[in-house]
Amino acid sequence: MLEEVHVSLPADAEAIAALKLGSVVYLDGVVYTARERVYQRVLNEGHSLPQGLGEISNVNFHCSPAAAVKDDGTYEIGGVTATASFRFSKYLADWLDLSGTKIIIGKGGMPGDDYQHVLAPRGAVYLTTVGYGTGALLGRGVQGVEAVHWLDEFGIAQAMWLFRVKDFGPFLVDSDLQGQSLFAQQGDLVNRKIDDLYTGLKEPALHRYGETKDRTDELI
Amino acid sequence: MISNQSIETASYEIMKKAAIDIPEDYLAGIKSVASRESGELSGFVIKTMINNYQTATEDRRPMCADTGLPRYYVKVGDQAAFEGGFTGIERALRSATARATRDVPLRPNRVHPLWRTEHNNNVGINAPEIEWTFEPDADWIDITTVHKGGLFGTDYRMLFPGDGVDGIKRFLLDTLISFGKRGLCCQPAIIGVGLGGSKDTCMQLGKQAACLRMVGNRNPDPKIAQLELELMELGNSIGMGAMGFVGSSMVVDLHIEVGHTHTGGLPMSVHTFCLSSRRATARLHSDGSVAYRTDPKWFTPYHRRETIDWDQLSRGEAHA
Repeated sequence: MLEEVHVSLPADAEAIAALKLGSVVYLDGVVYTARERVYQRVLNEGHSLPQGLGEISNVNFHCSPAAAVKDDGTYEIGGVTATASFRFSKYLADWLDLSGTKIIIGKGGMPGDDYQHVLAPRGAVYLTTVGYGTGALLGRGVQGVEAVHWLDEFGIAQAMWLFRVKDFGPFLVDSDLQGQSLFAQQGDLVNRKIDDLYTGLKEPALHRYGETKDRTDELI
Repeated sequence: MISNQSIETASYEIMKKAAIDIPEDYLAGIKSVASRESGELSGFVIKTMINNYQTATEDRRPMCADTGLPRYYVKVGDQAAFEGGFTGIERALRSATARATRDVPLRPNRVHPLWRTEHNNNVGINAPEIEWTFEPDADWIDITTVHKGGLFGTDYRMLFPGDGVDGIKRFLLDTLISFGKRGLCCQPAIIGVGLGGSKDTCMQLGKQAACLRMVGNRNPDPKIAQLELELMELGNSIGMGAMGFVGSSMVVDLHIEVGHTHTGGLPMSVHTFCLSSRRATARLHSDGSVAYRTDPKWFTPYHRRETIDWDQLSRGEAHA
């Protein structure tokens, strides 16, 4: 059985240090969404973070909700699912420094180097969503919208949403404060068998430029 | 007579059903895959997904917030009586997409490829895609919607006849391994393989094979059916399960569709549908009645053009 942990947000240093690879995590408090448009606006264009963000939430969810603005101006949140995080690697060091974020939630993890050199030294860890399609479970965990920023400019998918959440999960701990990665460990185990799968299959008649020939390579 | 209004209403309904309700054939397939899974993490992922399907149905909310690129497959019977012409149907489908995006709600994923601007309703230039096909001796219109994510798990390669089944296996492994790592293609999934045709047809055949056939359905050519099973077993022997964790759950089913191709080539495409294989179909009859189901029944003998008019054409006769 995998270990199950509940964490109150904003997460304190002790709770984060206690997270172990492969543990199942549920969150209570406020999480915010931010992806490329928000990062660009703040980090490249020099706009300020929404006031008080750091005191409300230190959890950045790489997410675009299936949401709608109702006629009375309130929001309906349907499904909530993560988007692939590796694409945001280049923003993270500056973002963590600026926002004080300690937990990143997303899809698929980040490269191991990011955990060792960017997240762990800043006291931050990565949680992955499960299966990637648990939109209904996570949607049920969202109790309300605290605030939404840049909605008109960026649209629903790219806006910064602040969700008040309860029993929000499950997530799996992918990285810890030692900079280890569950995905990398599991990937190494899978890699051991890969060469055998190709044994006896003849080489293709035409090769392609730009491809790796080593199937244990990380592609993200 | 099938009105534009009833097409709009039925299309809105299937948008909703596809987003929320897991098709039964896929649920049975995933349970069967899960029963053979020995990897602890992969097993946990699948158990959580099954819990998620149930939550979606109970709460009437989408299974996955990435409601993909909603699109339509339309099959029109020769005897179907409908108003407003074909463009009337297309307008109804566009309207249903926008309405469902706001009401379900679906995530408005569609943006302009260069300017990244959007209409917040999944409607835009060349979007949603509408594919048309026709059916003899039928007085109905079948409308199927598929919500499939778009970023990972699909690839194309021009193989050559000499590459043969080895080449097919090699490219399938390449695709499943590269996109299966970290679970980027949201496996375990239904895999569609397109073989032959021209490059664009090959992509289309593979996509339709993944999205428009039921789990357990086999290609009518017994040798292709055998290859489907063989490739499915190969995918599940990689040692990779859900989210790329150690395990055996990669392929819930594998479907191959073929098209006659260039004598020098063997084009191949691979498509992975996702853990929430989202499809729903409505049949609108000319008497105004509507019936809903999860089996698109897309690959009819006429659709595959299996042997259609072959005898006559091979004798060089013109069509009567």
